[in-house]
Amino acid sequence: MNPDIILLGHGSGGKLSHELLDNLIVPTLSGITQSDQNDAAVIAAQEGRLAFTTDSYVVDPIFFPGGNIGDLAIHGTINDLSMAGAEPLAISVGLIIEEGFAVEDLRKILETMRHAAQDADVKIVTGDTKVVPRGKADKLFINTSGIGVIKHDLTICGRNAQIGDKILINGNIGDHGIAVLASRDGLELESDIKTDSAPLNGMVKELVEQLGEQLHTLRDPTRGGVATTLKEIALQSQVEITLSENSLPVSDAVGGVCSILGLDPLFVANEGKLLAFVAPEAAEEALAVMQKNPHGGQAAIIGEVTALADGKVRLKTAIGGLRAIEMLAGEQLPRIC
Amino acid sequence: MKHQQEYRDPGLAKLQLQALNQVVSEFDGVMTFMEVCGTHTMAIYQNGIRSLLPDKIRLISGPGCPVCVTPVGYVDHAVALSRRPDTIVATFGDMVRVPGSSSSLLKEQAAGATIKIVYSPLDAVKLAEKHPESDIVFLGVGFETTAPTVAGAVLTAEQIKLENFYVLCSHKTMPGPMSVLAGDPELKVDGYLCPAHVSAIIGANAYQPLVDTYKIPCVVTGFEPLDVLQGVLMLTRQVIAKLAKVETQYRRVVKPEGNRKAQALLNQVFEPCNARWRGIGDIPESGLQLRPEFSHFDAALQLPIEVEDVVEHQGCLCGEILKGKVRPADCRLFRTACTPENPVGACMVSSEGTCAAEYKYGISGQQA
Repeated sequence: MNPDIILLGHGSGGKLSHELLDNLIVPTLSGITQSDQNDAAVIAAQEGRLAFTTDSYVVDPIFFPGGNIGDLAIHGTINDLSMAGAEPLAISVGLIIEEGFAVEDLRKILETMRHAAQDADVKIVTGDTKVVPRGKADKLFINTSGIGVIKHDLTICGRNAQIGDKILINGNIGDHGIAVLASRDGLELESDIKTDSAPLNGMVKELVEQLGEQLHTLRDPTRGGVATTLKEIALQSQVEITLSENSLPVSDAVGGVCSILGLDPLFVANEGKLLAFVAPEAAEEALAVMQKNPHGGQAAIIGEVTALADGKVRLKTAIGGLRAIEMLAGEQLPRIC
Repeated sequence: MKHQQEYRDPGLAKLQLQALNQVVSEFDGVMTFMEVCGTHTMAIYQNGIRSLLPDKIRLISGPGCPVCVTPVGYVDHAVALSRRPDTIVATFGDMVRVPGSSSSLLKEQAAGATIKIVYSPLDAVKLAEKHPESDIVFLGVGFETTAPTVAGAVLTAEQIKLENFYVLCSHKTMPGPMSVLAGDPELKVDGYLCPAHVSAIIGANAYQPLVDTYKIPCVVTGFEPLDVLQGVLMLTRQVIAKLAKVETQYRRVVKPEGNRKAQALLNQVFEPCNARWRGIGDIPESGLQLRPEFSHFDAALQLPIEVEDVVEHQGCLCGEILKGKVRPADCRLFRTACTPENPVGACMVSSEGTCAAEYKYGISGQQA
């Protein structure tokens, strides 16, 4: 595309805008050559309940090991829908681009978005593009919203954690936050840590089908990490959660970087992980479902709901001590998604 | 990291605890040990060590969190400098949220000041090279572990003849405050877990005068859970045997004479000076200032600016907490007016602060 950088005119609604949409954004995102140019996408009404979610992405840097802001934005919205037990149907993409942004970078990002949506069998059906003057945004911000359909009658929510429930996670924690951090300017850390950003709708579908009513709560531990997410659930369900430090899956690389920087992996963001609260008799089955899934090889049972209480989370440490876990205060790592 | 796991082995921890329980069984009363270093405070909380120790052993936290012991006036000075035109304040992240008398660097940033969080003082030097149009002020806070890296940055700035790089210096040294607290009759500390990495620089011998004067057991201890348990066990054995000597648990890193190279670097750039410690007051020769030949990098001398009068926050017990005299829960602001999101005192801000650790990891009833 000519020119090779985004100009203010690309967001004006005029000729340049149409060129950008028709020559780059629409074909790259959706694979079709001519956009319908209607104001809204139309989706066939579905049996069951609908889930609806939105999220904005401002990650810095926009490219990081294993991904970029684009596939992160698609995965994030797919996962938010999935955590309600919904099957994602359609996604919208809103782009806010800083004047001067390289068209080639935009193309790369849009391509990964299309692949991410295709891999998860979700359609990008509508979108919007704005360009703001240099310095008024940082390169590229993306908003994605999504609609999903809930085809079952189960109540999968944060209020539904029950005494005795086992808590599972589908793999190593902290990869995303540390991958982004390690790729930032000024922190010369050489590591091969990649983001765990991945769509979890397939795994959730399998869990719903296999476990049914024994699946009580699902949530993705993104910002604030596993610790903050579990604290939220403990508060919502009014229970006490006890984790076992020895069972927490953390890669050596992430453990090492966290140790150097004084971070706690429990508070570091994930983008391809889910926490599942399941009835104790279904725990092994849930673990098997996760481990068979491509995004669950390192899945583990990390704790359980130990009592009715006013929202406590405790960690049994590796050496046998007990400590409390609170929500993340302030920002441990700003702009990780 | 496999190496690190060896120092977290549950089986060995159990053995240490058995030994500890056996040793204290013959002891009547309570022993109070102070961990001086903020990293120890965090390690003790993070691993739930207090929940494992016998009741006869009480651990209290001391003045070893560099951000916490930095006086309010220093924060005010940094805030004033951040308001100068064409000035970039470069700092380690923890300092940004520390409340000064009427503002903080975070608030100044929101109001338009340029504050850059750096991971190393050399990043501040690079910043100065990149922005010749601005004055870069690096906030030199920290003990002997951090100060050599600042010395290195100053030497680099000298070498490349930077004229826009400054340090606002508030470096502090050990073991000055440990002597003050050892002599405090209200405290009755029975032994010190001496800092690990500070001791790697200054050497275990640095504690000998303290032991000679106050007859107080000192054990230089590492930061892993098994290190801490062993350090406590060694202190307990000294107390029971009525001994007072310097021992080194953390022998894999700390030598009696310390790191001579780092000491030489410190001496080349800095000289000892009196320093004000939050909560403790002025301690002679417990700080570091730039030597006269490097005074052209001294922000306090080269960038004169009016700093507001210090207003200490009413009711904040940070000072007493830093001396180990009260626990965070004794402060009426703790968890109510003072939280990590909205801190009143520095002990709640720093990731190594006692209040932050108690807030984040403390299980009520276990931290007495």
